[in-house]
Amino acid sequence: MMHKLLIAGSGGQGVMLIGKVLANAAMKEGKHVVYIPSYGSEMRGGTANCSVIISDEEIDAPVIDRPTCLIAMNSPSYDKFEHNVAPQGMVIINSSLVTRDSERQELFVAKVPANEMAKEMGDERIANMFLLGTLIAATKCVELKSVMDSLKEMLSVKRHNLLPANQRAIEEGMKYAK
Amino acid sequence: MTEKQLMKGSEAIAEAGIRNGCRYFFGYPITPQNEIPEYMAKYLPQVGGTFLQGESEIASISMVLGASAAGARVMTSSSSPGISLKQEGISYMAGAELPCVIVNMMRGGPGLGAIQGAQPDYWQATRGGGHGDYRLLVLAPATVQEAVDLTYEAFDLADKYRNPVMILGDGVLGQIMEPVELPEAKENKAEKPWAVSKNYNRDRNIISSSYPQVEVLEQVNIRLHKRYDEIKNNEVRWDSFLLEDAEYVLVAYGTAARLAKAAVRMARKKGIKAGLLRPISVWPFPQQPFTELISQVKFFLTVELSTGQMIDDVRLAVGKARQVHHFGRLGGVLPLPEEILIKLEELAKEVG
Repeated sequence: MMHKLLIAGSGGQGVMLIGKVLANAAMKEGKHVVYIPSYGSEMRGGTANCSVIISDEEIDAPVIDRPTCLIAMNSPSYDKFEHNVAPQGMVIINSSLVTRDSERQELFVAKVPANEMAKEMGDERIANMFLLGTLIAATKCVELKSVMDSLKEMLSVKRHNLLPANQRAIEEGMKYAK
Repeated sequence: MTEKQLMKGSEAIAEAGIRNGCRYFFGYPITPQNEIPEYMAKYLPQVGGTFLQGESEIASISMVLGASAAGARVMTSSSSPGISLKQEGISYMAGAELPCVIVNMMRGGPGLGAIQGAQPDYWQATRGGGHGDYRLLVLAPATVQEAVDLTYEAFDLADKYRNPVMILGDGVLGQIMEPVELPEAKENKAEKPWAVSKNYNRDRNIISSSYPQVEVLEQVNIRLHKRYDEIKNNEVRWDSFLLEDAEYVLVAYGTAARLAKAAVRMARKKGIKAGLLRPISVWPFPQQPFTELISQVKFFLTVELSTGQMIDDVRLAVGKARQVHHFGRLGGVLPLPEEILIKLEELAKEVG
């Protein structure tokens, strides 16, 4: 199984963090993985995105044409990438910011009100973690434990107090995968 | 086995340099390789080394020349336009027989071009690059792990042959992150009796690429070319994928080789007997495997992120025995494996 994940949003929404956490978690599980940042004019305004390929086998091409799963954190990135998603692929939408329905009937769509839930939990910065949770539950590309181990490594020790909130957000997000 | 780390290509290259004793880095920023100088700026001082951003690429390569002449393990990096600016210094280093490691994370050209990964500098890299009749040993990694391994080794090769070694990567390799196993960290204190360092026990050394007497310069050229022959004998490297029974051989290096490899797998699923020959040393170019393949192969197809430069070397290796075709996307556009497969199928249909 090769998971081709595209995570898209705007700068500051934590798009790259989702990608790096996924890549690191996959590495911990001994899987093959490539993390591909978006590069070029896209970095300056508009949408920010990154791709992660996770596979049990060697990964040749470090490029994603048709993602098997898209996280769309805002409307511009949803509009831009929805048509790229592979047939019968998955889309995980931040429904706090994306309100329109999918134009493709065959896609599996999970609508996660990430910003609202994050606000309720008292920290809007963790909105991305809800979407990450939905993604790992829907795709089963990595385990929750390796995601948490990765977050622990990637956050500086003085921010480890944020780990429980991140875990709660991920677990809440996982419920939206059904 | 050491634990793997997730590293960006550029950072992994910098770390590999430090781990094989590189203690000096001089450079000037340019995308898409700024993470190399950034990493060096952060970590070289921690191991007693020096990072210095020059006022230009020409200044930086001249500092590399100076450090190398003094016997240091030294490195610089840039991307296409910056590498062009460094050519004067690189030629001087080849003439003065000075080791160093130069990384070129190629981007789309000509001119200022664009910052996305491409492979338009193959000719420049493999034909010396600057003025004068010289060569660099040029290694072209395809994965972050290979970039680590080759960069690490490049310092030893540069010292062994007293010649600059180039790591020829591209913007894709520089920016992707992959798990890597890092090699052991070493201090390098090898004696360089030719260097202009402390010389209490020997005669004065002079490092120069200036030889005003033509007969002397001719001898220098002969000496250099003997060394290049030695490199040709010892340092040819390539990788192969499903070549044993291949009727159609794709030839690609670096990132293009990864795309081509994916296309080969897709072709095999369709019953097309494709294989991949991937030069790792692009100078010296691996000629031998082509000679061995000719009898079984219907044609060769080079896949490059350029209009076709390595294809010249493939044609030199193959001669007129078989057709050599080219496929590439330009300016930083990456061809999808599907596109490569379509080209392969078209060509295969023609030969029947």
